[in-house]
Amino acid sequence: MLVLSRKKDESIMIGDQIEIKILAVEGEQIKIGIVAPKTVKVHRSEVFEAIQAQNKEALSSSTSFLEQLKKK
Amino acid sequence: MKIATKFLGEVEIIEQDIITFEHGLLGLEDEKKFVILPLDADLPLAILQSVEHAEIGFVVGYPFAFKKDYSFDISEEDYKQLQIEKAEDVLTYAIVTMKESFQDSTINLLAPLIINMDKKFGKQIVLQDNKSYPLRFPMQTLEGSVK
Repeated sequence: MLVLSRKKDESIMIGDQIEIKILAVEGEQIKIGIVAPKTVKVHRSEVFEAIQAQNKEALSSSTSFLEQLKKK
Repeated sequence: MKIATKFLGEVEIIEQDIITFEHGLLGLEDEKKFVILPLDADLPLAILQSVEHAEIGFVVGYPFAFKKDYSFDISEEDYKQLQIEKAEDVLTYAIVTMKESFQDSTINLLAPLIINMDKKFGKQIVLQDNKSYPLRFPMQTLEGSVK
């Protein structure tokens, strides 16, 4: 992993088109601005982790659910 | 060909119906071959079954039946990746997490499955953070036109 130190209002470029800017630092919270082409998807990592976990939870659906549907 | 399924026992499928998820599903990146199996229930649900592993089977729902105004844009990148030529070829499903009762079950509107039914390519996409399309949308609010 490349590690860089940045101050407020400084930024880094990733390739030619993606800019990451530090907008504010408030204690533990850091506000980041991201400028990127529309084709680049930007998500919080927790979102991906939550979806992965949800997919796994969905897999553990009981196989008896078809019976439940019939009862409805 | 015959495949073993999680919910429906052994099922006969035709090879042309196999949908390729090039990147698998989130958390299941190695599962790339699936089929959609209909359920003969009066509900807007189907099964997404892995062709290779019987235990990998999901209940999926037709999201518009649960949230009438559900809509999202498919990125240009996904259009290309799924080789989508016409919007009509795209079918959208969302993965259901079944609980003890239907009322407690939820449907994942945040990360829908988009499938190009013509070319048989599918992908689980992640919508931009959006409060009205949560990861766990309660199924009880069946509000679409489908019963």
